[in-house]
Amino acid sequence: MSSSPQSPQQVVDAVSAICAQFSNDRHRMLDILLKVQGAYRCISPEAMEIIARQLGLTRIAVEGVASFYSFLSLAPKGRVTIRLCDDIIDRFAGLDAVVRVFESKLGIKMGETSADGAFSLETTPCIGMCDQAPAALINDAVATRLTAEKAGQICDALLAGTPPAAVVLSGSDELPAVERARRMVDNNIRHAGAVLLGPVPADAGLKNAAAMTPSQIISSIEDSGLRGCGGAGFVTGRKWRMAASGQAEKRFIMCNADEGEPGTFKDRVLLTERPHLLIEGMTIAARAIGAREGILYLRGEYAYLLPVLETVLAEQRANGRLGKAILGVRNYDFDIRVQLGAGAYVCGEEGALLNSCEGLPGEPKTRPPYPVTSGYLGYPTVINNVETFCHAARILDKGSQWFFGMGVDGSHGTKLFSVCGDCLNPGIYELPYGHSITELLELVGGEDASAVQVGGPSGTMIGRDSFHRKLSFDDLATGGAIIIFNGSRNILEIVDYYMSFFVHESCGYCTPCRVGNVLLQKAIGKFRKGLASQEDIAQLRDLSATIIETSRCGLGVTSPNPVLTSLKSFPLIYSAVSKPTQDGRQATFDIQSAIDGARHIAKRRSYIFDKDFSQ
Amino acid sequence: MNAPTDNGSRRDTAFTFSIDGVELRAYPGQTIMEAADAAGIYIPRLCDHEGLRHQGSCRVCTVKVGGRSVSACTQPASPGQNVEAETPHLAKLRRDLVEMLFHEGNHFCPICEASGNCELQAMAYRLEMTAPSRFPYLEPNRDVDASHRDIALDTNRCISCGRCIRASQDVDGKGLFGYVGRGIRRRVSVNGADLAHTDASIDDHAFSPEVCPVGCIIRKNEGFTIPIGERRFDHGLIGHDIEDKRK
Repeated sequence: MSSSPQSPQQVVDAVSAICAQFSNDRHRMLDILLKVQGAYRCISPEAMEIIARQLGLTRIAVEGVASFYSFLSLAPKGRVTIRLCDDIIDRFAGLDAVVRVFESKLGIKMGETSADGAFSLETTPCIGMCDQAPAALINDAVATRLTAEKAGQICDALLAGTPPAAVVLSGSDELPAVERARRMVDNNIRHAGAVLLGPVPADAGLKNAAAMTPSQIISSIEDSGLRGCGGAGFVTGRKWRMAASGQAEKRFIMCNADEGEPGTFKDRVLLTERPHLLIEGMTIAARAIGAREGILYLRGEYAYLLPVLETVLAEQRANGRLGKAILGVRNYDFDIRVQLGAGAYVCGEEGALLNSCEGLPGEPKTRPPYPVTSGYLGYPTVINNVETFCHAARILDKGSQWFFGMGVDGSHGTKLFSVCGDCLNPGIYELPYGHSITELLELVGGEDASAVQVGGPSGTMIGRDSFHRKLSFDDLATGGAIIIFNGSRNILEIVDYYMSFFVHESCGYCTPCRVGNVLLQKAIGKFRKGLASQEDIAQLRDLSATIIETSRCGLGVTSPNPVLTSLKSFPLIYSAVSKPTQDGRQATFDIQSAIDGARHIAKRRSYIFDKDFSQ
Repeated sequence: MNAPTDNGSRRDTAFTFSIDGVELRAYPGQTIMEAADAAGIYIPRLCDHEGLRHQGSCRVCTVKVGGRSVSACTQPASPGQNVEAETPHLAKLRRDLVEMLFHEGNHFCPICEASGNCELQAMAYRLEMTAPSRFPYLEPNRDVDASHRDIALDTNRCISCGRCIRASQDVDGKGLFGYVGRGIRRRVSVNGADLAHTDASIDDHAFSPEVCPVGCIIRKNEGFTIPIGERRFDHGLIGHDIEDKRK
């Protein structure tokens, strides 16, 4: 760490050394930038020049990556950066009071860095801790269940120079990695199902897979009915089959642990509680498609889990479960590296995930080609969610029929639901597909819910008249997020927040998502201010339809969902706050605020509209 | 991208597909737009430009294939497919997209040097974007970069098509431009503190008048040399050069 200022030559040497650590490989740009950010608290113009030179790129190419990710900064950040999660759940759980304490104790406002460079204070979208909100990241450490009092204690400790990890968990550096992660963050497993969270024997699936041919492995996944658990629900076996077919010099396995959908935290739990199972699943997939390398893309917000994963990977290498000749089987070679993200929801989109791993801004790739034919560095790549790989390992242990027998037609097996919001027992529930929302609400103690957001903002908001609907791919599909709101919550505030989330997280590549979502959020703002007319309701639908039909990736295709599904479930809320249109004139048009700008420019009042005009 | 290189086998592998009921010929690797252009069918576009990599970002070339929306500039043509390219619904979507671009930046045609040569303006005319808009204006306020002797940049008029980026990178081999930032704050920036601190030259392809579709890249000392009324789109709708091939 650069506690004393370095000479320009020392900076050149140090940044060059970081680049060299990654073999000056431009595909490892994100790792390089994260290291530089860690050492210098920013990516300075000088650092960008050095990186560009070392990697054979232009400076603007480096800046394009550095300016894309929220956790990288071109301006210097504090030695301790506090990122308060400002998700709607955190807001409803008392974020405001916590913010006030941080601001007054540290003497800086949100978004500022203290003059001595000690602290930065900022907000960040969902960090995957909605079951223990309000929460914050203090550098890599996680502070949960914040109150004004707890925030005060944290500030005092930080001001006294206590390292962040020790602030949130005393004696943390003496604990083993897994124990440290478990104590820092409660995993709140409320209901363990048969597949993932119940007892899981080590290596059982892997041992079976090692004795099977690749095609047999894929067949058993196909027969199980397993579908992707990240949200899109693509049939896993088909994906593996496609990636395995055709000629290719190399193939890759990639695990998407970039769960950024607000309200989702199931992968956090699996990464902490079932890391061996995940690695087993990836290793099985590697045998199925003939991959020798795997990448686990861990979202930047979960950096506290990096030591857990590194420990388990090292253990599995030592045990012959990773590396050369796995379980003694000739040519069964596979290893995994962890790629840490840097704060970008869109990287959960598989093309963006690939670009991010290739050292580019996390923008989705043009499709076709699809990752199964041309993925990481152009090679066939299977990208699956954490939960999907875990399921796959269990299927290889217990058989496809066992898995197929659970759930309902078209949605087989169990699913992890991360439940948060207005309920007694937020946390993780592993249930077979097919339960109704009513049943789930009884289980979690959320019977007084008046709205449930199924699948996070990109999913569906439903009201009481739809609580009979079932959690499955064919009815209410979800990557896992179940967010519960009781009758005291303002639906329009929720929708407004979710639109601001999409505006913040849009990569900006395509017009409809980049611009359309801003316009859509502004339109919702009109309703919140009571300035909307009935016509505006039609326009919400119209604009949403254009965004959905013309966006380039899943982010834009789902971003109008908060608006559309709340309009469908709660039409009366929109009608109640909009005013009727009279004589073709908008009753909501306010001449006084419309001419305010003109008053300002002319530096005088209006002859016509200001009755008491005198000058 | 994906352009067929093996000219010898092209004739053998040619196939047909249709756009709005018109049958046309394509070769493996050709995009819908490339095949359409060759056949004299114009599909509106802003970010795509002859001789540059396809980007598929403006989405104005959105067409329907089997009910699905795809960008014609990046979607490979495939045998027997029926493409819808010119329907009232698609025209409406395109109008919305062009409107979004007008509202994202500051596009004041009456005072813009590009007026009459501007593809955004021309596209608005072609798509009959005549009614007053429903959207608020975002009114960016970015500094104009007039540091270079021959070139000025007003990114408040930029539509993020990235044509200058690709032209400089792929044709000039310089990489003068790149995108920075994310989301609505994403913008085109230069490879240096400002344009004067790059090796930009007025002779670069990136600065040739047809690369920037709007008035963002301004060639100094040649303002209004062609009078209004005699400019590129004063003679016909955008796309007429392609459509004329069919006549």
